[in-house]
Amino acid sequence: MFKNSAFLVAPLFIALAAPLYAHAASDTEMRELREQIQQLEKRVLKTESAATDSSVAKTSRAASGDNAFNPAISLILSGTYGSYSQNHEDAKITGFALSPNDHGYSRSFNLGESELGISANIDPQFRGVATFALEAGGGLGVENAYVQTSALGNGFNLKMGRFFSGLGYLNEQHAHAWDFVDQPLVYRTFWDKQLGEDGLQLKWLAPTDTYVELGAEIGRGRGHPGTDRKDNNGAGATALYAHLGDDLGVSHSWRAGVSLHQTRRVNAEADAFDAKNKFSGDSRTAGLDFVWKYAPNGNSTVTNFKLQGEYFQRKESGLLTYDTAGVNTTDGYSVTQSGWYLQSVYQFMPRWRAGLRYDQLDSGSAEVGAAIAANVPASYNFIPTRTTLMLDYSPSEFSRLRLQLAQDKSREGLADNMLFMQYVMSLGAHGGHRF
Amino acid sequence: MRNSLIIFNILFISALGLPAHAALNIFACEPEWAALAQELAGDKASIYAATNALQDPHHVEARPSLIAKARRAQLLVCTGAELETGWLPVILREAANPDIAEGKRGNFEAALYVTMLEVPARLDRGEGDVHAAGNPHIHLDARNFLPVADALSARISELDPANAAFYAQRLHDFRQKWQAALLRWSALATPLKGQPVVVQHRSYPYLHAWLGLQQVAELEPKPGMEPSAAYLSGLVAQLKARPARMVIRSAYQYARPSQWIAQRTGLHTVELPFSVGGNAQAGDLYSLFDDTITRLLAGLK
Repeated sequence: MFKNSAFLVAPLFIALAAPLYAHAASDTEMRELREQIQQLEKRVLKTESAATDSSVAKTSRAASGDNAFNPAISLILSGTYGSYSQNHEDAKITGFALSPNDHGYSRSFNLGESELGISANIDPQFRGVATFALEAGGGLGVENAYVQTSALGNGFNLKMGRFFSGLGYLNEQHAHAWDFVDQPLVYRTFWDKQLGEDGLQLKWLAPTDTYVELGAEIGRGRGHPGTDRKDNNGAGATALYAHLGDDLGVSHSWRAGVSLHQTRRVNAEADAFDAKNKFSGDSRTAGLDFVWKYAPNGNSTVTNFKLQGEYFQRKESGLLTYDTAGVNTTDGYSVTQSGWYLQSVYQFMPRWRAGLRYDQLDSGSAEVGAAIAANVPASYNFIPTRTTLMLDYSPSEFSRLRLQLAQDKSREGLADNMLFMQYVMSLGAHGGHRF
Repeated sequence: MRNSLIIFNILFISALGLPAHAALNIFACEPEWAALAQELAGDKASIYAATNALQDPHHVEARPSLIAKARRAQLLVCTGAELETGWLPVILREAANPDIAEGKRGNFEAALYVTMLEVPARLDRGEGDVHAAGNPHIHLDARNFLPVADALSARISELDPANAAFYAQRLHDFRQKWQAALLRWSALATPLKGQPVVVQHRSYPYLHAWLGLQQVAELEPKPGMEPSAAYLSGLVAQLKARPARMVIRSAYQYARPSQWIAQRTGLHTVELPFSVGGNAQAGDLYSLFDDTITRLLAGLK
């Protein structure tokens, strides 16, 4: 090894040193050089002797005081300005029953998805995470509050508490990490933007070179389409998913997944039609997701490209009660609905990114029992779509300013041109984002 | 030549994830530590380099492939000092491998074994992307490889005691070769001493401390901030008044700012490999520093 490498480097040394010194290799200069080399030898020897006990960490970082064990705190400050050509006060997407919590978009200036996050290791076995969302209307919502095992080993990860479900691709991402101001239509209609659950999540990572992750969740059914059943000892909702991922060469990487979710809905508000209605029955959702990222040589700081898409299909079947306040008639109702989006984001130079997203939903055609068929439409001759353009600028990795334009055709006869301006800033300890 | 080819092949094969009949599974965060681990463990380890020299080690995607590799790693070799804070914690969490968790024997941080430079007196993001533990680019002072090698070799032996004698011999050989190389590099780099240079990012305090270059300006107004045109114009004026010899950037950095300033000031731009694999010449640790010094010397002309 030694000889070989000396053999390799010696000509290099000679080649480099020769032209530099040959022109003026006076005796004094040579003597100076020799002295310098001797001094260097001494320094190296000193380094060597100092290094004999250098396998002991040189750390002398002060870590004392009452707040030394305080958890990591991160604060996301975010706000939007929205200007729309249509009113969104009583937002409905044609053919879909949105979550009763969905109040559509507010115009003008709004406090966006500002959130406070606190996390720390609890002990060698557990880590705790809590995220509180500052709600635009005032108040503080508990977005996440879970403990997570850190020492199960063998690729197992268990979460307990309130968490965003791991299904799909976007569901687990917090609002400040979204590439657009808002979620895709399919997330808004199927998951009330983001499926949050109170329950247990078990994930297992296979010991393979290819990334293979399997996940299972049971919970109360807190988030839409679940109806937050507190009357039932069993699980209100379950989810299963598998994620696969790898690199293709040094510049490409991808992740793809399949997800299944099922819940039993009890007295769910179903206001897709004009009156107040209730639906009780089974809801089963299957989803496919993929994301592909490209960065030249894997260096995403200068330019990078991301393409992602997800597809969800939901079958609901049970009993629908039409007009609970009036005629109050109940009969069978079942429908299969679906939706997808495809989006890409291109960082064309450091700090600047542009994005394009297309959304589409299919409200399906329902089987409607005879008793309610006169009032409940079986299908809609309308396909909700939306096209969104985004441009954002990040002065640093902790700040982002965004402009977004959308043409929203999710409501029949109410084509809407939407303009958003947004800031997303991150203060304090801010961990990395998932892929 | 043959040696570096062999090392390159080993790195390449382990990067592909092919079995290299190895005892110890090492996950190296940066290519310089992959190369050092290779020097110290030879064929007794299977080494995966999580990043290459053309990637900014501050900003790496927590890719599924990295999580899968970390899942099976027995030893994580990283710089530490918060260099990987943007991606490694996610990977460790998702990999669910307690052997390499922070504080465990399977988690090795090189920065713990060297004297840190530029430890900030004031921690404030208003100062840009500063690291509380000091500047993390410790590998650009080649002298730092000696204490890191001692500690890493000890750690490898601890995790694979059956081959301790083999590792001790590898360490001995490495130290001898490295010391010879340090002498050679110091002599070679003598003309660089005291030369004023401009840097694109604050990556080089260890290089300056080692070779004696004198940094007179940075192209980033604050670490991690892309320079504005106004800031660069101010720099041009400053450099016209007090000229420097060259403007230095690393292979993974955006070329435009240093080219812009070079065009307006007539400075040479020098693109350093930064780590093993940063250019065709820097194939191993030795050629990394050979090439770095060669390029800096060329910048003086």
